[in-house]
Amino acid sequence: MSLLRTENVIMQFGGVVAVNDLNIDIKKGELAALIGPNGAGKTTAFNVITGVYTPTGGKVLFTPTDKSGATTEIDITGKKPDKITGMGVARTFQNIRLFKELTVLENVLVATHLNADYSFLSAMLRAPKARKGERQAKMDCEFLLERLGLIDLKNEKASSLPYGQQRHLEIARALATKPQLLLLDEPAAGMNPQETDELTDLIFKLKTDFDLTIFMIEHHMDLVMEISDHIYVLDFGCTIAKGTPDEVQNNPKVIEAYLGVDADVED
Amino acid sequence: MKETQNSIGAYLKLHWKTAVFLVVLLVGIGVADIFVDSYLRRLLNLCAIYVIVSLAMNLVNGFTGQFSLGQAGFMAIGAYTVAVFTVPIESRAAIFYLEPMAPFLANIQLPFIVALILGGLASAFVAFFIGSPCLRLRGDYLAIATLGFSEIIRIVFTNTQSITNGALGIKSIPTISSLWWTFGTAILIIIATVLLINSTYGRAFKSIREDEIAAEAMGVGLFKTKMTSFLIGAFFTGIGGGLFAALLGTVDPKQFYFTLTYNFLLIIVLGGMGSISGTVIASFVVTLGQEALRFLDEPMAFGLDLPIFRPGLRMVVFSFLLMVIVLFYRKGLMGTNELTWDFIAQKYRSIKKKLSGKKTSTEGGGN
Repeated sequence: MSLLRTENVIMQFGGVVAVNDLNIDIKKGELAALIGPNGAGKTTAFNVITGVYTPTGGKVLFTPTDKSGATTEIDITGKKPDKITGMGVARTFQNIRLFKELTVLENVLVATHLNADYSFLSAMLRAPKARKGERQAKMDCEFLLERLGLIDLKNEKASSLPYGQQRHLEIARALATKPQLLLLDEPAAGMNPQETDELTDLIFKLKTDFDLTIFMIEHHMDLVMEISDHIYVLDFGCTIAKGTPDEVQNNPKVIEAYLGVDADVED
Repeated sequence: MKETQNSIGAYLKLHWKTAVFLVVLLVGIGVADIFVDSYLRRLLNLCAIYVIVSLAMNLVNGFTGQFSLGQAGFMAIGAYTVAVFTVPIESRAAIFYLEPMAPFLANIQLPFIVALILGGLASAFVAFFIGSPCLRLRGDYLAIATLGFSEIIRIVFTNTQSITNGALGIKSIPTISSLWWTFGTAILIIIATVLLINSTYGRAFKSIREDEIAAEAMGVGLFKTKMTSFLIGAFFTGIGGGLFAALLGTVDPKQFYFTLTYNFLLIIVLGGMGSISGTVIASFVVTLGQEALRFLDEPMAFGLDLPIFRPGLRMVVFSFLLMVIVLFYRKGLMGTNELTWDFIAQKYRSIKKKLSGKKTSTEGGGN
């Protein structure tokens, strides 16, 4: 069953067509990757899916599973980002966007706001419901921080963390929204091979433990080839190939698109 | 029942310093309420009102990061609501001598507390209509719109003769002289704000201040959250305005020039955008400072006649202060920190360390 589908999505900025006729179909429980040379429109595709941009054409369809286990396909094209996140799509950012002045724990707690079921009035009176909600949120978030190895740093300012840990915190924060689909925008950017390996393991574990479907943009080819079930290759906004890692690796179009920027791709 | 008692006990154990502080504070206010003279009483009342309004402004500007300059307007709404609804019916004919009060209002008199809350609600109601278009946009539109609004509301009040008595203003409002009204309200509002800021709503406010795009991606509805903050801010400001009217016993449109807003802006910049305790401290500093510097407004002679001592000079001092803060001390007194017991202990340790140099490098674990 597909969790996320896009139908002929087009994103045009003036005369520039950043994403042209994008058709992706991500099945529930799989790990898909979106690759392509710099400027291919990968992040734009993410921004369209998460509602940052309203596409100039086409549709984005998401099929969440609700609490009773029923599934309905919802058209999320052009919906507000917070609404889409509320339905179960969470993301991280390519250029880290943490709440810098807040602590690590607070960063993750912000993401529980959409599941908070008490009003601001009960917050101001610290009513039992608010206290309970707060306690629960704190427990959930500390659990997530534990999972991502950040629990000892929970009272540090987010901006004081080293780069790699900031990336981990972004993932923790995204997980706190209780997503069904997690979009990772270059999670391994700027990491050395050893850190990349650790991240690969982590992503794999999180996927099974949290029952996630993951869609990620990544430049580290070994990471992508190792863990992806399906790969979509973009070049100048067009999908030039899709398929399993083996199929994509041997596709002449992909090789051609990458040859010109060979040096950039490997690191 | 037993459980609640236990949790209260545990709470007290955890926050005993705060509890002691609160008790001392309340006793202090009680003592002051009996002994201070009317001048100091009015000054302290004014401080408390400034605390309320500045805190409301900081909620929107400092915590949520939305630049709003409508404090004077929201205060005016609160003040006039209290004035219109609490002036004794028998003296209304004498006050509204140019044009009698509108008949639908003329016979309504409400208890002060009801009028006060009504003023806050009216203020929030108006804020909703300003916020609806402005808070959907990014950028400085809110500042411009709220600044315009506060001037418009003043002009409206100048011209609605049969309701607000126009430029003549409303006199003989029953006054409050007890410190309990203002300080009681201020303390309640401080507590409510602290609890709000430390809840999921407060974190949502701060997340918008830090990064709107990320906040939205984490499921924080921008418009709804900004609106919540803006309405709460307007409500508190309206309450502050109501207390202001009852403190002075008279309202007229000239009290609510937009320059009034700059007092609060100065306070929150001085105290720290995003710090509750900073706002409280700065409110007292600025309000008392304005009184202490009053001599600058009066002519003074040092042998020869210096023409610079004239009305308005003390404002120059505050303008200069604001410039210095913005240039050299961006974060204000407290930044986004709060004056908690931990914060004090930490400061105390670092000062002690600085004073005694290397000697303390071996100790310092015992606190």
